[in-house]
Amino acid sequence: MTDSKYFTTTKKGEIFELKAELNSDKKEKKKEAVKKVIASMTVGKDVSALFPDVVNCMQTDNLELKKLVYLYLMNYAKSQPDMAIMAVNTFVKDCEDPNPLIRALAVRTMGCIRVDKITEYLCEPLRKCLKDEDPYVRKTAAVCVAKLHDINAQLVEDQGFLDTLKDLISDSNPMVVANAVAALSEIAESHPSSNLLDLNPQSINKLLTALNECTEWGQIFILDCLANYMPKDDREAQSICERVTPRLSHANSAVVLSAVKVLMKFMEMLSKDLDYYGTLLKKLAPPLVTLLSAEPELQYVALRNINLIVQKRPEILKHEMKVFFVKYNDPIYVKLEKLDIMIRLASQANIAQVLAELKEYATEVDVDFVRKAVRAIGRCAIKVEQSAERCVSTLLDLIQTKVNYVVQEAIVVIKDIFRKYPNKYESVIATLCENLDSLDEPEARAAMIWIVGEYAERIDNADELLESFLEGFHDESTQVQLQLLTAIVKLFLKKPTETQELVQQVLSLATQDSDNPDLRDRGYIYWRLLSTDPVAAKEVVLAEKPLISEETDLIEPTLLDELICYIGTLASVYHKPPSAFVEGSRGVVHKSLPPRTGSSESAESPDTAPSGVQAAEQPAVIPTQGDLLGDLLNLDLGPPVSGPPIATSAVQMGAVDLLGGGLDSLMGDESEGLRSDVGGSPAIGGGGFAPAPSTTMPTNLGAPLGSGLGDLFDLTGGVGTLSGSYVAPKTVWLPAMKAKGLEISGTFSRQVGSISMDLVLTNKALQVMSDFAIQFNRNSFGLAPAAPLQVHAPLAPNQSVEISLPLNTVGSVMKMDPLNNLQVAVKNNIDVFYFSTLYPLHILFVEDGKMERQMFLATWKDIPNENEAQFQIKDCSLNADAVSSKLQGSNIFTIAKRNVEGQDMLYQSLKLTNGIWVLAELRIQPSNPSFTLSLKCRAPEVSQYIYQAYETILKN
Amino acid sequence: MIHSLFLINAAGDIFLEKHWKSVVSRSVCDYFFEAQERASEAENVPPVIPTPHHYLLSVYRHKIFFVAVIQSEVPPLFVIEFLHRVVDTFQDYFGVCSEVMIKDNVVVVYEVLEEMLDNGFPLATESNILKELIKPPTILRTVVNTITGSTNVGDQLPTGQLSVVPWRRTGVKYTNNEAYFDVIEEIDAIIDKSGSTITAEIQGVIDACVKLTGMPDLTLSFMNPRLLDDVSFHPCVRFKRWESERILSFIPPDGNFRLLSYHVSAQNLVAIPVYVKHNISFRDSSSLGRFEITVGPKQTMGKTVEGVIVTSQMPKGVLNMTLTPSQGTHVFDPVTKLLSWDVGKINPQKLPSLKGSMSLQAGSSKPDENPTINLQFKIQQLAISGLKVNRLDMYGEKYKPFKGIKYMTKAGKFQVRT
Repeated sequence: MTDSKYFTTTKKGEIFELKAELNSDKKEKKKEAVKKVIASMTVGKDVSALFPDVVNCMQTDNLELKKLVYLYLMNYAKSQPDMAIMAVNTFVKDCEDPNPLIRALAVRTMGCIRVDKITEYLCEPLRKCLKDEDPYVRKTAAVCVAKLHDINAQLVEDQGFLDTLKDLISDSNPMVVANAVAALSEIAESHPSSNLLDLNPQSINKLLTALNECTEWGQIFILDCLANYMPKDDREAQSICERVTPRLSHANSAVVLSAVKVLMKFMEMLSKDLDYYGTLLKKLAPPLVTLLSAEPELQYVALRNINLIVQKRPEILKHEMKVFFVKYNDPIYVKLEKLDIMIRLASQANIAQVLAELKEYATEVDVDFVRKAVRAIGRCAIKVEQSAERCVSTLLDLIQTKVNYVVQEAIVVIKDIFRKYPNKYESVIATLCENLDSLDEPEARAAMIWIVGEYAERIDNADELLESFLEGFHDESTQVQLQLLTAIVKLFLKKPTETQELVQQVLSLATQDSDNPDLRDRGYIYWRLLSTDPVAAKEVVLAEKPLISEETDLIEPTLLDELICYIGTLASVYHKPPSAFVEGSRGVVHKSLPPRTGSSESAESPDTAPSGVQAAEQPAVIPTQGDLLGDLLNLDLGPPVSGPPIATSAVQMGAVDLLGGGLDSLMGDESEGLRSDVGGSPAIGGGGFAPAPSTTMPTNLGAPLGSGLGDLFDLTGGVGTLSGSYVAPKTVWLPAMKAKGLEISGTFSRQVGSISMDLVLTNKALQVMSDFAIQFNRNSFGLAPAAPLQVHAPLAPNQSVEISLPLNTVGSVMKMDPLNNLQVAVKNNIDVFYFSTLYPLHILFVEDGKMERQMFLATWKDIPNENEAQFQIKDCSLNADAVSSKLQGSNIFTIAKRNVEGQDMLYQSLKLTNGIWVLAELRIQPSNPSFTLSLKCRAPEVSQYIYQAYETILKN
Repeated sequence: MIHSLFLINAAGDIFLEKHWKSVVSRSVCDYFFEAQERASEAENVPPVIPTPHHYLLSVYRHKIFFVAVIQSEVPPLFVIEFLHRVVDTFQDYFGVCSEVMIKDNVVVVYEVLEEMLDNGFPLATESNILKELIKPPTILRTVVNTITGSTNVGDQLPTGQLSVVPWRRTGVKYTNNEAYFDVIEEIDAIIDKSGSTITAEIQGVIDACVKLTGMPDLTLSFMNPRLLDDVSFHPCVRFKRWESERILSFIPPDGNFRLLSYHVSAQNLVAIPVYVKHNISFRDSSSLGRFEITVGPKQTMGKTVEGVIVTSQMPKGVLNMTLTPSQGTHVFDPVTKLLSWDVGKINPQKLPSLKGSMSLQAGSSKPDENPTINLQFKIQQLAISGLKVNRLDMYGEKYKPFKGIKYMTKAGKFQVRT
């Protein structure tokens, strides 16, 4: 007798039959009927028509029948809200039952019925159950609050359930604590702003006590909650770590990983000199290794997390290389992850083993895996210089196998190896050329062409080889076409006599017969370069290429730090912050690692991104130099263009862009080797200037620094000093410890039409500094130095110099985030330093920002309402006139003033340097120190910064 | 938290769905089917699949996909651990976990699932507690229930659920009090062509079957606890006591449970109990290849190696194999190209071997990849790491229990490259 009998009635009239059985007098028959109904429900059949009949069975003292009916109710109540109300009475009665199991069951089921009418009746029983004498009921009720919140958040708040829930964190029973934490976390996730889990040392202590006693699932919730806590000092961090460490030996891998998260995060606060720090590092390795012996699905999640941990703290697993060796029957998703981690752990000490493994993998059956293994060999060569030679010979062995995709993959990575170690392994070119015919993938063809072009002078028949590709030029992919064009031009520049015909052929193919704008533009540029100035052409096309960086596809440090805070979550599986993918995450709070509190090491702690007004005063040192340098280099390629930023710039820049973008893609290509060009037609404009950072080969690091920067410093302009708008006090932008002893503090000011950057340079190093120069990255409003940075005498140790650097707004425009972010490079005789700062927007308010009244009215009406933003300016005691005159000093003009019901309304306008108008309405109530500011603007993204400017001006 | 669960069989039919919050349409599984189609084999379906509004996390066990649907950020390991727990519970309840069994017991399955999660939060996952709430079906109980009209749903709150020892129910009574412990070690190893070890590690577990009356408090000590530096415990083990004295002290759950699992990693020397001599050669021109393997004992500490099974996935180019084993039976499946040789016991005096020839596809070049040999074996009464239990004591109860310890070593993922 099995339940499969419930499936057997499939003939017509089934519902009818069930109905009769449900209304039978015999208990046993009723129960059987309900079971049949449930069975149909599980396979997705619609049995909602039986709703009233099933609900009728609810009044029973048979617990199984009751549970079955409840199961049914939960599934169908939503589709029959009016009928569901019939069940309320029984629920309420059950909540008073002497048996705690029944009380809990009733409150639990009620919470699952997502019908408003029922929810209303839920409040009273729920309140009672939250204070029930039986912990089983309390813990069930705690979860029920989360359910109710999901249905009707307002109701939960109004009824004060959140406070009761918070009280449950102090409950005597650990299961209740765990469920309360889980419920609060879930509620907090949908309301990131609400400060529900107000953690303090006392509540943390309670959580840590409950952690030892509650179930494994409760431990996960508590650990995840602990991870959000910010200990006040390193001692507190250490004591929490000590109490969390035992969780690393738990059999449940989710508990282990959540514990790892807490430890990885709090470790950040511990000084590295501490003995405890070393102990902790040692304790982390075994549990991570153990995770890899679990089921493959668990392994996969563990590996994705280990990938992060290895990047953040390679020392933890540096001796554990072998556990990442691939077994041939691992699922493919585990294999690929293991391979990735193997390369991250590869070092001189273990490279021999790793290479032997990789070679083994390259002969496996799975094509994806084999390809990745071959790539891995190339990455090892680039990462561990000592192994390069062995890697190359391994790759050659693989090429000899003649397995088509292995050969192609090998050629692609050998090209990278050439980039890293130029003029070292050219002896293998001959072997590569033998395989020319077998290449059919664009990436491999492009790589091969690049190699031929790059080493054209050493390949006797380079022209023949390239010519052979030229035959099917139009059938090639863009990537190959571009590469072929460049390679032939290189060849021509190296051997001009024999290849004239060839170069003409390719140029005409690219410019006349192609409708791909990228190809056409590049063709024209080469053509023009070659025809006007062959020497310059040689300099450009055959320029020395920057070396490619050692570690490829590393996660950007600030993102990595954020992801470390998300160990064990989906974010860690995708290696993206939750804000990037979690559905409905309204304003996810960004998490950051705590700063290290130990002395001497603050230089290591990652800068956490500050927000709001505070941010303007805090320096943020730019973590990755690569991108910035890339952008700075691009600066001198296009002529400065003024004009409104953001969306409109593209059109205006079209004319120069044909040249700029083209040149740039030329340069970009040269400096990056093979990169499929992004960017489409020249009209894409501003965006096309920057070479899209290629994920496989970010190579701009340490590029032709000298030449690039040297060109940048010959801009001229005038200096102006006159009184004007509000000037904030100077703050430190670049601390000395991050700039080899050079400290820069400064502020921005605007005086009668001219903006300047007032700087104090202090030499805190032991050597004399000289040769100062400054350059800005492209920014939202095109701010650029109007004159070179003039420091007349060399700066002696412990000396400071004050400089006012005039700025103009005719630089290149690129939208930044935040909008007022300015990235600055400062050079001296020691090095180049980068920092970024936020400038107050009011330095951009121009003097002719007063709008006509009529115009104001019309514009106000014309701007759509959704562009309006409202802000509160708190604690400001000025009256309307004082406000008006104060703002006028900073070029915010009052156009009209009205008095409505005792409130002063000021209507104001201002204009930004790029011509954006902002209209404002400021409401001042005499008794209330809070002003209401409404801003309307066609570019609503500036509103927030205008508001910040208002606040800064009014409060100083 | 966990929103819904779908059970999908090998044919791609959803045969059970359970929702803990609002109902999620089963069409969400289409994304899963897409991923399934892309993956060459069922094992290769990625465990985390994003869809526009949900995430699908799945485990594949007993030829069934258990697919959980989640909507917000939830620790994926938590979900996957839970799914494995569901499988274990089914197995515990019904003996086997299969589509037929689940369909046969669909109401119990549904009741159990409802008891395991509330609104996506785990409620009761310990099988001891679940069994008190929902009694597992037995033939006897079904008969009794039909006659008396009683149910298989417990109507009392399980006693253990909120006590300090939630894993144990109270009022346990046995006439024969017994406690058995199995120390089982699996060797995972990769051996290269020349027979040297690339990696080797031991995954060990101590599984217990404890049937003791009342509230016994047990301690278990080892001769060489230093071996255990990487361990995961059942929640019943007192961690402090282990940290300070290296003694396992615990109040056991009732019945079968895994007391501890441990991992002896590559750095410690792991003994390799068997070796494989192989000579597999393909010649370029000929359509015949030679195949010869011999299995022999290595470091077995004087114990017999038994239950030896050799399997190998041959390259696609192999059409058939003509082999003669010196003992045991062998099968070659020309469709899947899987060679399997059931060797049985290894007699050190007369080593088992399998010799013969392979016929290859005529005209094609020799295969690119070399077959890897997969080995299974068992060694009774030996824990290959050398782990030994010193003594087992019981406190808190007066009676004398019967105690037993068994050791066994098995091959885990044991692979020999050729």
